[in-house]
Amino acid sequence: MGDTDERRKCYRTVFVTVGTTSFDTLVRAVDTREVKEELSKKGYTHLLIQMGRGSYIPHKSTGEDGSLTVDYFTFSSSIADNLRSASLVISHAGSGSIFETLRLGKPLIVVVNEDLMDNHQSELAEELADRKHLFCARPQTLYQVIAAMSLESLIPYPPGDASPVAKLINRFLSFPDD
Amino acid sequence: VRIDVMAMNVNGNARAPDGKNKKKTGGVEGGSERGNFFLLAVGSKALNEIWTNTCPLTFCDGLCRLLVMEIGKSCCFSNLTSNVSTLLITITITLVVIRFLYVIYWCGKPLRTSLQPISTLIVLGSGGHTAEMLNLLSVLQTDRFTPRFYIAAATDNMSLQKARVFENSLVNEAGGEVVELAQFMQIYRSREVGQSYLTSVVTTLVAMAHALWLMMKIRPQVILCNGPGTCIPLCVIAFFLKVLGIRWSSIFYVESIARVRRLSLSGLLLYKLRMADQLFVQWPRLQSKYPRAHYVGRLM
Repeated sequence: MGDTDERRKCYRTVFVTVGTTSFDTLVRAVDTREVKEELSKKGYTHLLIQMGRGSYIPHKSTGEDGSLTVDYFTFSSSIADNLRSASLVISHAGSGSIFETLRLGKPLIVVVNEDLMDNHQSELAEELADRKHLFCARPQTLYQVIAAMSLESLIPYPPGDASPVAKLINRFLSFPDD
Repeated sequence: VRIDVMAMNVNGNARAPDGKNKKKTGGVEGGSERGNFFLLAVGSKALNEIWTNTCPLTFCDGLCRLLVMEIGKSCCFSNLTSNVSTLLITITITLVVIRFLYVIYWCGKPLRTSLQPISTLIVLGSGGHTAEMLNLLSVLQTDRFTPRFYIAAATDNMSLQKARVFENSLVNEAGGEVVELAQFMQIYRSREVGQSYLTSVVTTLVAMAHALWLMMKIRPQVILCNGPGTCIPLCVIAFFLKVLGIRWSSIFYVESIARVRRLSLSGLLLYKLRMADQLFVQWPRLQSKYPRAHYVGRLM
């Protein structure tokens, strides 16, 4: 009894996003028993999947039996609110999703889509993982990464700055510096 | 001003004009064989050699003197008529080449503009490209870069919408005062994500024609792009218009933050062909690999 009460108070959502792409492999992986169990073990209570253009439909669950509450949707005009209320984000390797999440300071697991031709996205995910700003996983290894991850080891991402470029462009066009 | 015209064979090795390996050039005979040969040899390596060894002004001057010499040599009338057409072709090609070299030389040199607002073309792309571009625009002074033209691929639904939202936010910031409205356009896509490179050739040509149409309408002074294939036809046409002297567009290319170790195909093309006036990269490894790029750190 006490446990369930505690869980209800502790509303910890995992938000999964594939952006504007179709990434059935990730959605399928998240929908497996192994991943859901590992997430439960880590204390997460809700799983919300933004499935984009994918065709695989995950199973909804109300979580009454103590398991994760699972829900999904295809698109929304802005996932900012979903990101803000999440305790963990699992995302495809699109730079937009990655940086939107990092800017909000949320723990992030990036899953690279190996079906994409000329997979340049992995470069960014690997570089940021090397710099300890996020975790990198493949769909098959996702549950292991979740089990092994330690959120305290993540380093916050320092925000970027576009003003050096603006300065160079202005100088080139002989506009005065501000 | 004298210039020593180095006769070069196509492999770019300099040799004396009366040396061995005389090629049959046809057309004007005798002493002007050197002249024809010289012009024919303007291939890629030869260009580089000439480029590094001569100043453009003395180069042009020398070429003009050479041509005057050739015209002087064709004094006999029967020779003259058959020589004139060859000469005209030679002159035209020479002028185009000179102009081409002139454009390449001045690309990447800062402009001396008056402090007027500059018409700007902004190329948007699917995925993170639009987000990165709008992020850049938010730090540029929008009263300097106006009127603004946004171009997105025809199949890209969200980019123009995001740009509209951005422009509306600018209007709101300015207190509802609008100096010049931004314009939003679409262009046929040269390559869909995952499309085979072979069929991409055809679609790219279609995109080029459309790009020519749009560029003639807009004739921007500045082009901002950051990677989608959409920008290549536009940049190629812009370069073409530069050579023809129709409009000098400064092309600024910011490689996407997702490119850590290698340039994208668009970036590589613009870098190798020297079509971008300035190419910016966001990760240090790219700067060491591509020395003419400018490292600017992360924008996002």
